[in-house]
Amino acid sequence: MADTKNKKEKSPVVLFVAEEKEPLFSKKNRKLLSDPLNDNNPITVQVLGICSALAITVQLKPSIVMAIAVMVVMACSNVIVSLIRNLIPNRIRIIVQLVVVAALVILVNEVLKAFAYDVSKELSVFVGLIITNCIVMGRLEAFALGNGVWKSFLDGIGNAAGYGLILIVVAFFRELLGSGKLLGFEVLGHKGATMAESTGLYALGYENNGLMLLSPAALLVVGVIIWVQRSRNRQLIEKN
Amino acid sequence: MEYVNLFVRSIFIENMIFAYFLGMCSYLAVSKTVKTAVGLGAAVIFVLAITVPINFLLDNYLLKPGALTWLSPEYANIDLSFLSFIMFIAVIASMVQLVEMIVEKFAPALYGALGIFLPLIAVNCAILGGSLFMQQKDFGGVSEALTYGFGSGVGWFLAILAIAAIREKITYSNVPAPLRGLGITFIITGLMALGFMSFMGIKL
Repeated sequence: MADTKNKKEKSPVVLFVAEEKEPLFSKKNRKLLSDPLNDNNPITVQVLGICSALAITVQLKPSIVMAIAVMVVMACSNVIVSLIRNLIPNRIRIIVQLVVVAALVILVNEVLKAFAYDVSKELSVFVGLIITNCIVMGRLEAFALGNGVWKSFLDGIGNAAGYGLILIVVAFFRELLGSGKLLGFEVLGHKGATMAESTGLYALGYENNGLMLLSPAALLVVGVIIWVQRSRNRQLIEKN
Repeated sequence: MEYVNLFVRSIFIENMIFAYFLGMCSYLAVSKTVKTAVGLGAAVIFVLAITVPINFLLDNYLLKPGALTWLSPEYANIDLSFLSFIMFIAVIASMVQLVEMIVEKFAPALYGALGIFLPLIAVNCAILGGSLFMQQKDFGGVSEALTYGFGSGVGWFLAILAIAAIREKITYSNVPAPLRGLGITFIITGLMALGFMSFMGIKL
């Protein structure tokens, strides 16, 4: 819903910009990249792309792979849809967009299966679900359908970066607190069978928090992230 | 009994929202009042119960390795499974369109109630998720796939109904300002998901 508002706000600006020549990284274009990181974050503000963000954040590695996969798909689909935006009949635009996204996702899935088979197994259906990831569809609808190729590309990269940022923060806390590891390395020391065999923090009696490995923990962590973000950035607070 | 077991599993233990976080976006966006939540939930049940069995047939008679043998034994080693995403999403998009037209023609009252939500469902990840999980689970027959689709729809319906009821009540409580709206909804959903975990391991 926030997207349709955005579209209306942005369209006159874009018309104006198209008339004068501007450098590739003008202030407005840089804003397209930096806005989604905080003020207009796809997950915490626009409520897009939450499904996959929550399910795969138990460990850092699949989250990073997922962030990269979404970035590739978003940047490419935004560019393609923006190229053909004047040819798509309005009535069937959703099917056209879905086909473009689905074709890209199949490519990404096959590449993952070929070069990172373990991660692709871990992500299981969630790579496929990038197709219906609302972040991709949402940005296509709200931005790529009404804007030029370069701007759409930047918008895709920016929003995917905002999405990836939250993904990586959540996965960082969940992996660190849940299993005491980061990217599979035991950063808090090794946990042996008894306290005497353990090293690092575990030798002092530290225990991993099993809750963080369960799926509800992702919701709690994102809830806390929203809390922190909104108490620092007061204009985002909802009235009710 | 097997079907009851599968049905209960798909509602409670493998709940689309609390176990897999599928369909979260519309779950968070449309759960402000109970009335709209019921409309969307009913539409999701409907579409899931139709698309999962259809995609099951497609998967078994067209896409799986060796699925084309019913045409001619020569095709035994053709594997079209890489096409499953695009086939599934095409089925879902066209089904949603079809369902919308049928409902509009034969049940105008229901159409009036569901109207806005039907097109939204094409991009609800719970629907595609249902088909992809169906593919992973290797069901024995169409009726199992139908049970699974219907059950996951009911699970989604219950979840959105519950959160909408809680959100209607929570307007009366004093939530810290930065947490209002989206933040508290996330945390409540987390707590509900913890509750749903107690169903784990139940067998009928």
